[in-house]
Amino acid sequence: MDINMTLIGQTVAMIVFVWFCMKFIWPPIMEAIEERQKEIADGLAAAEKGQQSLDKAKAEADEIIGDARKQATIILDQANARANEIVAEGKADGIQERDRQLAVATAEVEQETNRAREELRGQVSAIAVASAEKILQREIDEKAHEDILSKLAAEL
Amino acid sequence: MAAEGGHGPQSSGDYIAHHLQNLQVCKVDDAWVWNQCAGNPIAINVDSMFFSIFLGLIFVWIFGRAAKKASNREPGKMQAFVEIVIDFIDSSVKDTFHGKSKLIAPLALTIFVWVFFMNLMDLIPVDWLPELGLLIGVPYLKVVPTTDVNITFGMSIAVFCLIIFYTVKNKGVGGFISELTLHPIAPPLKGPGLIAAPFIIAFNFILESVSLLAKPLSLSLRLFGNMFAGELIFILIAVLGIWQLPLHFAWAVFHVLIVTLQAFIFMMLTIVYLSLASEEH
Repeated sequence: MDINMTLIGQTVAMIVFVWFCMKFIWPPIMEAIEERQKEIADGLAAAEKGQQSLDKAKAEADEIIGDARKQATIILDQANARANEIVAEGKADGIQERDRQLAVATAEVEQETNRAREELRGQVSAIAVASAEKILQREIDEKAHEDILSKLAAEL
Repeated sequence: MAAEGGHGPQSSGDYIAHHLQNLQVCKVDDAWVWNQCAGNPIAINVDSMFFSIFLGLIFVWIFGRAAKKASNREPGKMQAFVEIVIDFIDSSVKDTFHGKSKLIAPLALTIFVWVFFMNLMDLIPVDWLPELGLLIGVPYLKVVPTTDVNITFGMSIAVFCLIIFYTVKNKGVGGFISELTLHPIAPPLKGPGLIAAPFIIAFNFILESVSLLAKPLSLSLRLFGNMFAGELIFILIAVLGIWQLPLHFAWAVFHVLIVTLQAFIFMMLTIVYLSLASEEH
């Protein structure tokens, strides 16, 4: 409990420690803290800015996608119309072709028929002449009745 | 351990007295004398000085290392801890002290951490270090510097000097004198009341001097009283023998609060006194 020189010693020690703290401890740590505060504030601001530009980019992208969708719809419609057109054209062509081929075939058939008829007519007249010849061999002179026979054949 | 310490039979009174004795050295008749210095004003309490400077160096080492390695990219845990302490001190100072001063905040930090470390020595079981001292031939060892009134007084005197310095710096010598003499009762400076002025000034001077001197006195005695009482109770508990264990634990837990609180109060009052000294009323 006695008061003695320890008092002075402690005062001196305290002055030295306070001086050291004031010179070498407080300023660098305070500086570090303030620098960190600034960095954090800057970082937050940058993050906010990034968020904003992200939002903006998203809106832009949405717009572009909407445009593209619209464009796609238009193209699809056009394509459908074109396809319908092509199908219709094809149908008309088909019908025309069919008609044409039908006409050709009909003409051929008619031709054939006529030729066959001609042939048949010739043969019948030949057969008729032959059979008439056989019947008339005995009675008719071929030469005498030739004009009659050819007339007959022409009539057939 | 307690009363049956390693140095012969001993009464509880001796045990307690031994624990409250500082290791002292003084010069008597041109010779250094150990522990024969009762009442000698130029004695030095070697143990108090040693432990306070040792703890101050620990403070300087821990905080200085953190300050040196302070980096923003990868703050270590130690740096984070030091920053928390500094931030706490800084906000306490800023709340109370509105002037600008490069000294107040580091002063508050030093006081808080240093006093805290010195108080913390109280939590080391009371016999460990003194018994260790006996083994290496140190007869007395008081390990808690703040239970030495010289230590607390030494610090409060430094604060007292700062109070006067700041008052004179911010208000001038005239301001300092007028603060001592013209408050709290303003003396009449003209008219018939002038005759009463010297008495009023004398009255003010006595009142204000007491209040000024009470600041360092209360600052140091509050810390000393709390820590001395706490230490004494630790010693008394240690006397109990085996039954000290639960009591010691309970008191130690409670004492953690006192240790922190007293360091904080010492720091806070220092800031308050200095801000009073540098602000107009």
